Amino acid sequence: MRIGVFICHCGSNIAGTVDCTKVAEIAKKFPDVVYTAEPMYTCAEPGQTAMEDAIHEYRLDGVVVASCSPRMHEATFRRTVERAGLNRYMFEMANIREHVSWIGKEKDANTNKAAELVEIAVAKLRNNRPLTAKTFDVTKKVLIAGGGVAGIQSALDCADGGVPVILVERESTIGGKMAKLDKTFPTVDCSACILGPKMVDVAQHPNITLHAYSEIEDVSGYVGNFSVKIRKLATYVDWEKCTGCGVCSEKCPSKKTPDAFNEFTGTTTAVSISFPQAIPKKAVINARHCRQLTKGKCGVCAKFCPTGAIDYAMQDSIVTEEVGCIIAATGYDLMDWTVYREYGGGAYPDVITSLQYERLLSSSGPTGGHLIRPSDGGEPQNVVFVQCVGSRDKSIGRPQCSAFCCMYTAKQAVLTKEHLPESQSYVFYMDIRAPGKMYDEFTRRAMEEYGVEYIRGRVSAIYPDGLGQYVVMGSDTLLGEPVEIKADLVVLAVGIEAARGTRALAEKLRISYDKSGFFMESHVKLKPVETNTAGVFLAGVCQGAKDIPASVAQGSAAAAKVMALFARDKLENNPQIAFVDLRRCVGCGKCIRCCPFGAIKEKDIRGETKAQVIETVCQGCGLCTSTCPQGAAQLSHATDNQILAEVNALCR
Amino acid sequence: MSNITDIRLKRDAGFIAEVEAASGQKLSTCYQCGNCTAGCPAGFAYDKQVNRIMRGAQLGLKDDVLNSRAIWMCLSCFTCSLRCPNNIDVAAIMETLRHMARKKNMVSVRKVEKFWFSFLNTVRAFGRSWEIGTMALYMLRSLRVFTDIDLAPEALKKQKLPFKPYVVPNGGAGAVGRIFKRYRERADREGVRP
Amino acid sequence: MNYAYYPGCSTQGASTDYEKSTRAVCAALGMNLVELPEWNCCGSTPAHAVDTELSAALCVRNLDIAARQESETLLTPCPSCLSNLKHAAKRMQNPEARARVNELLDNPAASEFPAVTSVMQGMAAHLDAKEIASRTRKSLSALTFAPYYGCLMSRPAEIMKFGDPENPTLMESLLTACSATVLDFPLKTACCGASYGIPERSMTARLSARILQLATDMKVDAIVVACPLCQMNLDLRQPQAEKAADTRFAMPVLYFTQALGLAFGFSPDTLGLEKLRVSADSLLRKLGTGAANAAGSR
Repeated sequence: MRIGVFICHCGSNIAGTVDCTKVAEIAKKFPDVVYTAEPMYTCAEPGQTAMEDAIHEYRLDGVVVASCSPRMHEATFRRTVERAGLNRYMFEMANIREHVSWIGKEKDANTNKAAELVEIAVAKLRNNRPLTAKTFDVTKKVLIAGGGVAGIQSALDCADGGVPVILVERESTIGGKMAKLDKTFPTVDCSACILGPKMVDVAQHPNITLHAYSEIEDVSGYVGNFSVKIRKLATYVDWEKCTGCGVCSEKCPSKKTPDAFNEFTGTTTAVSISFPQAIPKKAVINARHCRQLTKGKCGVCAKFCPTGAIDYAMQDSIVTEEVGCIIAATGYDLMDWTVYREYGGGAYPDVITSLQYERLLSSSGPTGGHLIRPSDGGEPQNVVFVQCVGSRDKSIGRPQCSAFCCMYTAKQAVLTKEHLPESQSYVFYMDIRAPGKMYDEFTRRAMEEYGVEYIRGRVSAIYPDGLGQYVVMGSDTLLGEPVEIKADLVVLAVGIEAARGTRALAEKLRISYDKSGFFMESHVKLKPVETNTAGVFLAGVCQGAKDIPASVAQGSAAAAKVMALFARDKLENNPQIAFVDLRRCVGCGKCIRCCPFGAIKEKDIRGETKAQVIETVCQGCGLCTSTCPQGAAQLSHATDNQILAEVNALCR
Repeated sequence: MSNITDIRLKRDAGFIAEVEAASGQKLSTCYQCGNCTAGCPAGFAYDKQVNRIMRGAQLGLKDDVLNSRAIWMCLSCFTCSLRCPNNIDVAAIMETLRHMARKKNMVSVRKVEKFWFSFLNTVRAFGRSWEIGTMALYMLRSLRVFTDIDLAPEALKKQKLPFKPYVVPNGGAGAVGRIFKRYRERADREGVRP
Repeated sequence: MNYAYYPGCSTQGASTDYEKSTRAVCAALGMNLVELPEWNCCGSTPAHAVDTELSAALCVRNLDIAARQESETLLTPCPSCLSNLKHAAKRMQNPEARARVNELLDNPAASEFPAVTSVMQGMAAHLDAKEIASRTRKSLSALTFAPYYGCLMSRPAEIMKFGDPENPTLMESLLTACSATVLDFPLKTACCGASYGIPERSMTARLSARILQLATDMKVDAIVVACPLCQMNLDLRQPQAEKAADTRFAMPVLYFTQALGLAFGFSPDTLGLEKLRVSADSLLRKLGTGAANAAGSR
């Protein structure tokens, strides 16, 4: 074999603490190494061209690059060697940046370690075999989990691009959090007016199938060929028949049902349509509050429904959809702010969340847009906004910024003035984070034109004064003094967390999530939409806090990724998958039982039971190879022989 | 100190390390949200608010912090520590600063310290504290003769204040006195103000 | 059942009523308080404000005596004593600190001390609310209380172990067991001004006034406390607070043991109600208890 070794300087990233020349000299003595070089930047165009030239000139049939993490540039260099005529798997990478130069300061030790890593890579490469990908068909259909603004954007873009869309929404209507907002910053335009038309487009688009009031039950398969089981929760209303006329809700006697859509600022009926612009505009029975379902006595809605849509016997049902890609757009929920006992822990009626305040401001909310105190229905004079409740607070394990609270708080303060011109708003803030287009100008306007009083400091406690108002104990760190305000209404800008159920969905999709429960993107900067599972993409706040424009942008980005993938008729599999050496296999079936993907099946070969890998399903995780008692199951490109060669090289 | 124009000149890195070691807190974790100031019940009696003290300590402005009135008026109620979003035990830092100031004889509110020693002197003498004795000693030290004189008739009428101290029997008072004696001797040995 | 008992100096001087009512109520609950022999002052705020090791040494002398008693638990009614004793016990777990504290003592301290806890927690651990309710002879249902713990009882949480440091509720459970109405008092763990009554009267007056004002606005019959210093600031110093707030409160401030004692049928005299500066007569009238003349007047 004729191997070429390239020791990358990576500018000074590597060369600063590794003697690259010395590593190259040492590498020359490794078996089969016939050529070494020390490019400044191997990944740059001159570096790649030089590599191609060297392959031709020195008739190399294998290449080792010692540089950064394979996560960074393995794909790059595989394409380079392929252009020069080699099989892409006749290439190995030694990570001497993240594993050596960035973490060690001693040059001698670093140089030794780098040389050893190169030696390991060479040893492995000598055992490499050319591998060829198999191609398989793609189901050109996408499933989108979550019908908030990000999911809606993805759905419409994909559908407009000719891709059939299955949109799954947990609530009875799409629209997500944005549908609950009264107005949006920084333009103060009506949220329902800009989102509503998009929701209607979803309902009317011939390429979109909507499963509302449904959850993802199970996901199997792989990129291009996912099979998703969807649990359609029992609505107790046959949506085929329901016309959304609302008679059921008018007649329902159970009028004290908690109204989740209105963030529990009001009550609704046990059978109801969540809000006037709901998509789909269909009724749902809340089983916990329906008299017929809890006590077996009532039946009023069934009696009055003009189309006979009420079905008290309805059960959950499961539908299965075959799709090629999945977009997760599951959004967020507010954290449980009642941990703040110093703010009353939820016991004070006039200390409410910002989302509840949106419903009080909204003309489709429980008060018809009349701004009143929940406790006594009076108009508040002094309204205090408290930011960073459940954000940037290590003491409750939430160090992260929720990103959009500064802006909506400014908006809510502006709206307060518009609703009640005599009122005075105060905002307790730590920093005003307004980096978006026209954002800072907006917060300035809140102060300069609407007279909102901004006070820089956190709030230590809120308590009722016994006379109908609330004492807000804050501080003004710019003034250097404690500040107390008597408030009629206190609005908490409650921090966000990943929507409930996010972790369970992540496990079904086999994608990662961070400490706060948000889905992990494939690369923080360069792959913000992709996940580490091929064919699964992210959109909106489920990936991290962001505002509406950013969510919409990411929704479109995810759609573009889906359409790029579907632009090909066939996909190639990753050939780094398991194979079974039939001579060694004893047919014990342990590999079949341990495979998390169902990628191994039994096969009868000349009367003997053997294991066989389904190449398109195998993800190359390697569980079977470590489970097989015979060493029959092997992972291509990481065979026992290759790993032993690496170990031998290091321990020799 | 008012004109801090060059922070580098005023910074005392050793002071930062000393405060951190004695209090067990990391000063750089403070992000100046002001929650400590917001909840401090004694803030109105401070010259510098708690977050200002924290900032001074963070920057290593030793004299600025140790000369403050605030560290003497702190009630040690732990409200700041309880509600700090960065889990800083602010009350422990205030107490550490008070100890440091005392040891260096930088006591900006003498009457508070005088009251403490008036109290402790009765403990040293009898093993237990004695209210009238504490009051008398404090009046003597602070020359504030009429302290709480308005309370006296009621307190005396209700027999709330015993005229005679209780002396811990069986050598107990002596044992307590020796604790104070050793404390004082050790402080002298270590060259700090007891 | 026997409990080692550390009364603290206040209960021997300004707060003999706390001591009397604590002993009466504990006896009624079947708790025998065995006072530590030759106990000394814990040093209170002045000691820890001056020097942590001096404070610890004063406390450890008591803990060391307690270690030689038979009881596994040491009870104290005073939150300040409790806080100092607990902080000292914690400090002694650090070998370096232990050595420096031992230097100040006649003899090195015992290696382990009994657990220190408040009389209030001791009661709740001794009997549950139902059993306490069964001992009630006089329902307190006519009375509305503001429970006030002060700042020290529940803080710091990891040392005091008194439940939610923002919202302790133990006193409420004891008082509601006696059928009293107990309001959610938002300033229940606020500071009353502590020991600054003497050197900085305006501070204590202002902070106590805030608490008295809220209780007044919430229209309670009395504030119920567990701390001798809080009681003194809110009761004996109430005129100073009234002056600071330019108002009149006339708010009775009872120890929780006095409130429980009334429920258990003890006479005002047994509970030392006559020691209160602000008379508890109004409460006794609501309860229909005689001997209103025994309580104080102003």
